[in-house]
Amino acid sequence: MNGARTGTLASLRGSIARIEAPSEAAMPNRIALGHTSADAMLRGGLAPAALHEVFAAGHQGGAATGFIAGLAGRVSARKPLVWVRQDFSDRENGALSMRGLAELGLDPRLLVTVRAADVDSGLRTAADALACDALGAVVLEVWGHARQLDLVASRKLTLAAQASGVTALVLRIAATPIPSTAETRWIVRAAHSPPGNAACAWGAPRFEAELVRNRHGPVGRWIMEWKCDECQFSEPSAHSQPVAATPAHRPHQAQARAGHRLAS
Amino acid sequence: MRAGLSIGLPLANARAICPELTVYDADPAADLKTLNDIADWCDRFTPLVALDPPYGLFLDITGCAHLFGGERALLQIVTNALSRRGFAVSAAISGTSIAARTLTRYSSGQIVADGAEAAAVGPLPVSALGADAAVTIGLRRAGLKTIGDVAARAPHEISARFGADFTTLLNHALGRGDAPISPRKPLPDYIVEKRFPEPIATDTVIALTLSSLAKMLVAAMDRQGKGARQLEASFFRTDGAVRAIMVETGRPVTRPEMIDRLFRERLDALNDPLDPGFGFDLIRLAAGRTEIVVQQQRDLDTTVHDNDEISALIDRIAARIGGKRVVVHLPLESHIPERAALALPAQQHLAAASAAAWPERVTGEPPLRPLRLFERPEPIKVPFASVPDGPPHQFTWRRALHAVVRVEGPERIAMEWWKQDGAALTRDYFRVEDAEGQRFWIFRDGLYESELRDEEGRPVPANWYVHGLFA
Repeated sequence: MNGARTGTLASLRGSIARIEAPSEAAMPNRIALGHTSADAMLRGGLAPAALHEVFAAGHQGGAATGFIAGLAGRVSARKPLVWVRQDFSDRENGALSMRGLAELGLDPRLLVTVRAADVDSGLRTAADALACDALGAVVLEVWGHARQLDLVASRKLTLAAQASGVTALVLRIAATPIPSTAETRWIVRAAHSPPGNAACAWGAPRFEAELVRNRHGPVGRWIMEWKCDECQFSEPSAHSQPVAATPAHRPHQAQARAGHRLAS
Repeated sequence: MRAGLSIGLPLANARAICPELTVYDADPAADLKTLNDIADWCDRFTPLVALDPPYGLFLDITGCAHLFGGERALLQIVTNALSRRGFAVSAAISGTSIAARTLTRYSSGQIVADGAEAAAVGPLPVSALGADAAVTIGLRRAGLKTIGDVAARAPHEISARFGADFTTLLNHALGRGDAPISPRKPLPDYIVEKRFPEPIATDTVIALTLSSLAKMLVAAMDRQGKGARQLEASFFRTDGAVRAIMVETGRPVTRPEMIDRLFRERLDALNDPLDPGFGFDLIRLAAGRTEIVVQQQRDLDTTVHDNDEISALIDRIAARIGGKRVVVHLPLESHIPERAALALPAQQHLAAASAAAWPERVTGEPPLRPLRLFERPEPIKVPFASVPDGPPHQFTWRRALHAVVRVEGPERIAMEWWKQDGAALTRDYFRVEDAEGQRFWIFRDGLYESELRDEEGRPVPANWYVHGLFA
């Protein structure tokens, strides 16, 4: 009896391992985000050909959009990007601005936007687009609690992503996480600019990204900065504006000023 | 007719003749709709069907009659089918459209051979020509009772009295010269169709028919090196209703599977699904617009292949949710933020969008434009600003108070005064960060002192708006 139960358990474990196998097989070519500790936690970076979810903390659509645009920019690597959006999301959070996208270092020429009327047609379009392996990534943006986006729907997206090798990114605004087959799940809120002169400009976009689910590793929470010119994430810098390197052949600034004062 | 009534009889006279008469108001719109429905039904005989309001239809049956067993049989089919539905039909076939129309006015079922029009229409009264009432009355007053009488006069006499238009009409009726009819729909480049002696109604048979038609269509186009940009499937129901479903593609389609798939997507997504009723007896597939296909070598250049795949994907999505919902973006020469980009249907503009020149970003700068832009700037409440034209310290947007921690600005954007008559005000944009780190793009509408004044010249408070969200 006991032996039979162990046998059943072992066979079940085996079948689970087989189900999990494809995502394991896709491990080696992970795409580094650029943020060292996050990449370490993700074992090298974001897994392509998988589903990743980004939730906006509260209603902060701007930061989450920036973060997912960053992820899409990393994984799509100069390949076309399909962004599926609900009509309602446009009104609630504003439309995606092409100039803004270009400012983040992404190429608006590679973007095809699909304006879906509702969640169902958005899901179907995203699954369709995921089957096209000429794409770099597919972003599905869903506003609010969508009961259609359940375990079955996310499983479909995951399978489509695995079959074609295209990465699926789901952006959820004003929603709470529910169980899904996502490889990673992030909750993103805006982070403060580094302290400095209030009248002085802010720096690069900053996100407080919390990795709340990671199928193949631990979770964590980091402040990430998006480097628009290099098109990658990085550790937060201490200064909001780029700072010139200290000249090696000149005395330190403070000393120089002191010297100046002495002379006057 | 049986009761002794005739068309054109005053209502009072009709009531006097037939007291139990039921009277309905004329509804020209409904009449026209019915005429259009009949024209839809007539599409099964020829693609060239023209309306002749208020109650006529022209069918150009050149080269079509033999498909229905000759002109006589075709005329029989049309007349019988329409009479069965309760319409009073009068039909005729002749070499010119006007002659045929003239013939239908007094009898039905005449077929006039080419060249015999003058003899056939000659004995008919002049009113059969369908000219203006004034002309008809004029002819009658001149003692010209039949068309033959008019034709016997010298043409210059007729045109001097009744105008050149009438002479042309008369000549067409007599078979001397012909005006082309103006069909309701442009003639498709290729048509394939399948008729069913027994109406079909099941989805499987419909799908099978469509795919076999797609193969026939592609074979026909392939012989001339063409691919379809616009396809239309028409489903003719046995009860006369016709449903046409159109699919457009971004690139010429040359593969039957693709046509098949596009129609499957389209049929799946119809809000009012295809209703076979008692079945379809004719399904037609037409290529409305075709293009010459340039064959490209595929095996070496993978980007060509990728582009093909993407446009195929766009076609599929567009077939299901509509072409206007799949868009690409093109830059516009405008410094007004909401007018700087144009979203255009991807099917038509994919190539233009992938070659578009967007303004370069300034290296080393943080983003100067927001990632999300509101189509309509949203008003915010600003209690006060420390200096009149300075940035606010706090603002209320969507009922939440945001304390401004960091500001950069103003960036002054003047409206395009050369395009509009000074209605829009200059905007001062500020990039602000609130206490939580959210970044907004807000602006004050109008300049203090100069623009923000009422009619008497007193300063008025400015309106503030949030226009976008930064990442």
